[in-house]
Amino acid sequence: MNVLKLATAGSVDDGKSTLIGRLLYDTESLTKDRLEAVERASRRKGLDFTDLSLLTDGLVAEREQGITIDVAHIYFHTNKRKFILADTPGHIEYTRNMITGASNSELSIILIDARKGVVEQTYRHFFINTLLRVPHIIVCVNKMDLVDYSEEVFYKIASDFQKLANSLSSGGAVHTEGKGGAANITFIPVSALHGDNIANLSEKMPWYIGKPLLEILEEVDTDKDWNSLPARFPVQYVIRRDDKEFPDYRSYAGKVISGTFQVGDRVMVLPNQLESTITEIRLFEDTLNQAFAHDSIAISLADEIDISRGSMIVKSNAIPLINKDLRAKVCWLSENPYRLGTTFILKHASSEVKAKIQEISYKVDIENFGQAVLSVGTRLTSINEFDEPVKINEIKLNDIVKVHIRTAQPIFYDLYAENKANGAFILIDSQTNATVAVGFLE
Amino acid sequence: MSYLKYLESESIHIIREVAGQFKKPALLFSGGKDSITLVRLAQKAFFPAKIPFPLLHIDTGHNFPETIEFRDKLVKDLGLDLVVRYVQDAIDQGKVVEEKGKYASRNYLQTTVLLEAIEELGFDACLGGARRDEEKARAKERIFSVRDEFGQWDAKRQRPELFDLYNGKIQFGENVRVFPISNWTELDVWNYIRQEQIGIPSIYFAHKRQVFERDGLILPFSTFMNIEADEKIFEATVRFRTVGDMTCTAAVPSFADDIDTVIEEISEATISERGARVDDKRSESAMEERKKQGYF
Repeated sequence: MNVLKLATAGSVDDGKSTLIGRLLYDTESLTKDRLEAVERASRRKGLDFTDLSLLTDGLVAEREQGITIDVAHIYFHTNKRKFILADTPGHIEYTRNMITGASNSELSIILIDARKGVVEQTYRHFFINTLLRVPHIIVCVNKMDLVDYSEEVFYKIASDFQKLANSLSSGGAVHTEGKGGAANITFIPVSALHGDNIANLSEKMPWYIGKPLLEILEEVDTDKDWNSLPARFPVQYVIRRDDKEFPDYRSYAGKVISGTFQVGDRVMVLPNQLESTITEIRLFEDTLNQAFAHDSIAISLADEIDISRGSMIVKSNAIPLINKDLRAKVCWLSENPYRLGTTFILKHASSEVKAKIQEISYKVDIENFGQAVLSVGTRLTSINEFDEPVKINEIKLNDIVKVHIRTAQPIFYDLYAENKANGAFILIDSQTNATVAVGFLE
Repeated sequence: MSYLKYLESESIHIIREVAGQFKKPALLFSGGKDSITLVRLAQKAFFPAKIPFPLLHIDTGHNFPETIEFRDKLVKDLGLDLVVRYVQDAIDQGKVVEEKGKYASRNYLQTTVLLEAIEELGFDACLGGARRDEEKARAKERIFSVRDEFGQWDAKRQRPELFDLYNGKIQFGENVRVFPISNWTELDVWNYIRQEQIGIPSIYFAHKRQVFERDGLILPFSTFMNIEADEKIFEATVRFRTVGDMTCTAAVPSFADDIDTVIEEISEATISERGARVDDKRSESAMEERKKQGYF
């Protein structure tokens, strides 16, 4: 059994809460007292049905206003897998919340109301998933019960969505450079309310030849890619001990964020660029021959090298980019807009460096796109990025801009398109300490 | 990667971030299974060195004696530093007032004592064993949760948390609560305890105990409880799913006397873990209200 981290994104009435409630119900993850609490709360609100959204709206303000404000984390499991679901609301701060949810997800579920088809929100959801390179996308065409379980409706929506996906990836709006390729998109016709094609195949839609949602969630393969990437080990902490049992012991604590390391591997330490050999890989009382991506371990080296928090150990045969001038797409997460000349702390892997935005190259326009999604076709390719450089001095909440950032010290990174784990950073406002932006290195 | 290894690795990464980012962290220790699990994860994070921060226990004085015995043995065996601050001292000094009546509990008074301890000892980060699956307000909590100088949680001003980049930057006077096992469920904790053969207090397993019934819950008899005349005390075979203050932790009838049967029982349980916590039953938003006041 392993873990799948996934995100759901949706607007107000597309049935997202019902879908989540259904997944919890079908995996028997709802205890009696929680279900009863939701039933009680639904009655208090004067509803004649059990409003499963009350399960996930954890804050008083959310329940009072009937909206979801913040990302909620929901846990369920089957015999095959543990699921960690980030439920991201589709309100004012949608982009911020969606990016937060998608940043840690291997899979995204995008919901479409079968009666409405592909709408503005659909485009936004897909755009953000593409920007973050979420490798697996499941498009659930929901409320199939309200369109008589029509095969035609389903295929029309799937084809519209596919067109959107194709034009986005060919238009260069997001990442076209680099390896990794486009997301793997799966379409499923469902009725979350009635449980059609969720845990079991629906008898109402015999024409659907795919698998039910839960089975797909159980089977999506997520592990394999991380180990084949270049080996990266940001040092978080230096462990020392000196006594009879561990004389002059020193190791470097961290997590392998991508690739694998083996005892005997020739490695390079950054920023010094000095080489050494791995003599020990340890986790607690066990010494290991090899460590894989996502393993938290401690590494010891043959030579005494100055290593501290912020250093990175990499394999000598695959060195990352080392640079103080960075190009990145940045998404603004703060209510306070960017003010020209502000300095930031740029946090990447385990390092923190001072940084400033040298230049804003252009703005990615997802705000004004929505009006004409169905007829866009070619418009998609040109409207997302301004070809002509436009002078932009301000970055506001939810804006996505291409920037040139200059840092005080170099960072050791890979392109986000090639290695997500070593290609993203956050910007922290040095005055307020708030996390104001997330960046994807290009 | 197996799911327990995945969770373990994520938690160790978070604990090391705390040691790397903060000057003076502490681990909030209650003697419950979640904070015991946290101690094991911290051990793993820094082995063969010792855990580089102390445990902080806010003692309500209404503990299960088994928990305190367990705590002291754990601290001794692992050579840890333990700091204890007492709710009783705050009551004696008139800083907080003991609740009265049938439902009197010191659970709420803990918050004041915790905030004072943080200020007195200058802790800038406190690691806690809270999990998002416990309660719906906790489901919205960040892994690094910034609190102002009054310890308040402001749900609307939470920092977005992207990838595994945790922002622990704070102003003077602020502190951060860090929850390394946010993504674990009750069952995950139990499976991990079994896998790692971690010792836990005996009250988690079925035992005979003097109890009484109130509002459909089975509560442990103790001299701290204000028991009404019509509440009859009887002996039953029970165990506890969570361990808090004796006045607000209800027992469940159970014959699960080893870890395998406990796990079997939880897998089939129809009542959630915090369903047996009187402190959460006060209102639908009891947890959120307490967190706003600085509860962990």
